[in-house]
Amino acid sequence: MAEFRMPSLGADMEEGILVEWKVKTGDHVKRGDIIAEVETQKGIIEIEVFEDGVVEQILVQPGEKVPVGTALAIIRAEGEEERPETAEAKKTTPSTEEKKAAPEKPKPQPAIKREKRIRISPLARRFAAELAIDLSKVDGTGPDGAINRADVERAAAQAKKPEKHVPEQPPEKKERAAGFHEGIRKAIAAAMARSNREIPHYYLETRIDMSRALKGLEAENRKRSVKERILPAVLLIKAVALALGDVPALNGYWIDGVHRPQEAIHIGFAISLRQGGLVTPAIHHADLKSLDELMEALRDLIIRTRAGRLRSSEMTDSTITITNLGDIGVETVYGVIYPPQVALTGFGRITEQPWVENGMIGIRPVLTATLAGDHRATDGHTGARFLDAINKHLQDWEKL
Amino acid sequence: MNEEQIRKTIVDVLGQIAPEADFDELSPDDNIQKTLDIDSFDFLNFIIGLNDKLGVDIPESDYGQLATPAKIISYISAHVE
Repeated sequence: MAEFRMPSLGADMEEGILVEWKVKTGDHVKRGDIIAEVETQKGIIEIEVFEDGVVEQILVQPGEKVPVGTALAIIRAEGEEERPETAEAKKTTPSTEEKKAAPEKPKPQPAIKREKRIRISPLARRFAAELAIDLSKVDGTGPDGAINRADVERAAAQAKKPEKHVPEQPPEKKERAAGFHEGIRKAIAAAMARSNREIPHYYLETRIDMSRALKGLEAENRKRSVKERILPAVLLIKAVALALGDVPALNGYWIDGVHRPQEAIHIGFAISLRQGGLVTPAIHHADLKSLDELMEALRDLIIRTRAGRLRSSEMTDSTITITNLGDIGVETVYGVIYPPQVALTGFGRITEQPWVENGMIGIRPVLTATLAGDHRATDGHTGARFLDAINKHLQDWEKL
Repeated sequence: MNEEQIRKTIVDVLGQIAPEADFDELSPDDNIQKTLDIDSFDFLNFIIGLNDKLGVDIPESDYGQLATPAKIISYISAHVE
């Protein structure tokens, strides 16, 4: 018998709203199945179950907002006897084990009823927040009924007309529409403040000659249809994954004063949300994926991140983070580590630069790679070997 | 295919990638990646979308010719059958 609890989807999460159950009492579930959806500051996350079993009882109903650690459902292991107690008994007399595991088991607070998911452009969302427009009342005229900026402006103009006798919307509802961006900001603020408070960062930087890798990739992409083309970012992800295999100390966590390197390499890739903020979901087992598989994984991840449809494991599993700001034109990234991870690799824009080799000056496409390392866990020497390994793998790009 | 049809297709494809994009508000010489905050993945999706709808196969080496609305329209006009 196990409790399926509201998971912590990041160091900064305190509570979540149960949005939807994907299972009902009596359903068989397997480890990894998505059984519920939870709304957090980072959007709606699909929650996976960690063991096989049967859903015996659902304890929290859709719409309820509960703190992290609250039991959401009871999962009975296959073959285990059904419990004789009734639902009421279960709720009013928690076992000692339960008390221990969830000391401040709080009463679920009634949360606002979940509205239909609103399709809206980020720009329109920002406008609506500024103008305090209730999005549930706006008719979208964009693709699939998406709300665009013009729709919001029209709604704002209408709202100005005297309609004083209409009762105010409950404030939570307005906050929900406007709150997403604010929520992300808060989540980032909490994690980054903790990082800067607790983690003694060290920074290393190296320039990498990308001419071989880019020439090779260009030749490869020429043979491919538009849909099968690979972006340089994918080479960087794979090179980092392989370099972590060479220098495993940077892949993992610092928890309760102990460095815990991880065997599996799950790379958190920073994806910016166009309306502001970013999310760094994990690409699982990046070292074991081919470039094509990585490209596909990244494509899928970007779409789901921007649509707010990530899975719980993607929110929590990253063992290192990559920040790639090359598209915007910066040359060097000095990263802030995402706790409890112990390293962050940054990549800037690939630019043509003078390059001296064997006493000759030439012009090469050059990438600046940086490492922010947690000095409690590793030293500059380790970090230097890591950056060197990235360089080595990029020179040997055919083997990526 | 005339310029207006091409323009409409471009707007449709861009609308899928960046729903807030308003192609008409872009001036013809604005850099679309910078103005619309489109990253390299979005841009690749844009190229894929054009390929789907118009059948133009745009080689990577030509991406530089697709920086602004004016350039995109003239490139597509020249390459679409």
